[in-house]
Amino acid sequence: MIRLEDLTKRFKTPGADIVAADRVNMEVPTGEICILLGPSGCGKTTALKMINRLIPPTSGKIYINGEDTSQLDDIQLRRNIGYVIQQIGLFPNMTIEENICVVPRLLNWDIRKARQRAADLLDLVGLDPRQFLRRYPKELSGGQQQRVGVIRALAADPPVMLMDEPFGAIDPINREIIQDEFLKMQAELKKTIMFVSHDIDEAVKMGDKIAIFRAGRIEQYDTPDMILAHPANAFVADFVGADRTLKRLRLVTAEEVASAEVPVTARSTKVSDALHQLTVAKARRAVVIDSDRRPVGFVTAEEMAGASGTVRDFAHPLPATVPVRADLRAVVSEMFAHDTMWLACTDDHGRFAGVITQPDVTAALRATYGPDKGARPEQEAS
Amino acid sequence: MTRWLGLGRMAMMPLVFLLGIWVATSGLLDQMAIYWDDITYLTRQHVFLVASSGGAAILAGVPVGIWLSRPSMERYAETVMQVFNIGTTIPTLAVIALSMTLLGIGFPPAFFGLFVASLLPIVRNTYAGLLAVPSHLKEAATGMGMTQRQVLMRVEIPNALYVIFSGIRTALAINVGTTPLAFLIGGGGLGELIFTGIDLMDTGMLLAGAIPTAALAVAVDFLMGQAQLRLIPKGVNPLR
Repeated sequence: MIRLEDLTKRFKTPGADIVAADRVNMEVPTGEICILLGPSGCGKTTALKMINRLIPPTSGKIYINGEDTSQLDDIQLRRNIGYVIQQIGLFPNMTIEENICVVPRLLNWDIRKARQRAADLLDLVGLDPRQFLRRYPKELSGGQQQRVGVIRALAADPPVMLMDEPFGAIDPINREIIQDEFLKMQAELKKTIMFVSHDIDEAVKMGDKIAIFRAGRIEQYDTPDMILAHPANAFVADFVGADRTLKRLRLVTAEEVASAEVPVTARSTKVSDALHQLTVAKARRAVVIDSDRRPVGFVTAEEMAGASGTVRDFAHPLPATVPVRADLRAVVSEMFAHDTMWLACTDDHGRFAGVITQPDVTAALRATYGPDKGARPEQEAS
Repeated sequence: MTRWLGLGRMAMMPLVFLLGIWVATSGLLDQMAIYWDDITYLTRQHVFLVASSGGAAILAGVPVGIWLSRPSMERYAETVMQVFNIGTTIPTLAVIALSMTLLGIGFPPAFFGLFVASLLPIVRNTYAGLLAVPSHLKEAATGMGMTQRQVLMRVEIPNALYVIFSGIRTALAINVGTTPLAFLIGGGGLGELIFTGIDLMDTGMLLAGAIPTAALAVAVDFLMGQAQLRLIPKGVNPLR
């Protein structure tokens, strides 16, 4: 857990005092990622660097796991906090192994234990230790370097990590991949993380909580969904963007919205049986599945009405299927691409897992607004 | 690049061979052989001058460069470097002459003059090399919990090492080239054969001093080049 209490930083300049952080109060629960978000110069990086005292606070307190960090000396404090920066900062004079072992060595770990740890961590991010341990940073691609940058911060297994725009310098495709990898790692490691970003999409994707900064103050500190659905003020609404409702699509997976109670039928089923099934379920269509429960097509009640034969004769192919783990943005994108109102979802093994419709999606987005809707003036409407 | 170097080397071979024939037939070799005892004695003296003044310049110049690069010196460092830069413009012969006016004749002024002449590039490169270490590396190192000393020893110096070595290499080249002048203020060395050879118009004597001096300069530069290639970690060595 990280708790900031009235954290303030004033810089003295010849002209006037600049307040880079103004009585910042926040708490990041153990195992969560908190994104500090805001335009440049808003004080988010200052707030982050005060935690490991690269910038000494003017006033205020910082607690890590309940302990007042002002009682610790700078060096001990920093060795117990993982730190990742945008420029990665791998030391070019050291091999990858030496880079990862920096903090363990500073903490006087046994050299063999530190080396083993380096190899394990490389494995964790999918880099072959035999191939990479002896290499120098310049021999790695940008994405590989950033992975090493992250595991170097994890090397001594610190409970808390500070990340200053860690994925800012990577191309968009690799950034998505590394973000996904990092989230997967975090799901196991459960570090308490402060993460600076200026990218709302990254914040929505990575954060359990988002703190939006302006001029050294927190404008809103809440879950991504609450920030997107209920921006506290015009600044926040403006910052998260006019398409904030669409951004919320990323926060929900198909699994949460899809309905599994849809009639299914096999190719060889008689039409009359299928019609009966549809009538009982009060549905207009059924999904056709094969013997492995994979969705292969669909039939509608109207087309089968009064006909004979088997379902096979009336089945239409499915335009597309989506994995249930996909977020709603991917689902909606598929729907638009295939000009369809509904899609079949599949589980990890490709088996039928339910159906998701456009009304389901809009209902899910509307849910959070609830009775509040209408009472709150919509920013983008003005 | 390497192919052209290879060709150059092959072209050098017959050239050196022809030179050898010419030297052997002209009788210069015999003339030089007369001075063999002088050559060995003076070469030793010469090497001692180079090694002591160059070594002292490294031992003094690197710490001064490091000291100037510290954040606490930021306000004064540029001024000090300007003084050093002005110092560089003084011709080495003048430095030697000035050091004689201070310290008289013999080894001490020669040592001091050579020391001053080779100090400047070392300080300048150490200072510039350390300042050129990207600040994000220092920030990463500090943020990971290194003490200031650890940041200097494990991050700053290793990453500035190539530039520092280049400074030392330049300094030693200046040093070896200037050492013959030490004879003029009684410092000894191979300059004794060269200048006396010029005065007496004795080509043999002149060459007996000039050839070992040249060979020494080439050898020192070669050794420094090898050191630069092999001693600097692979990750920060543009030669590897």
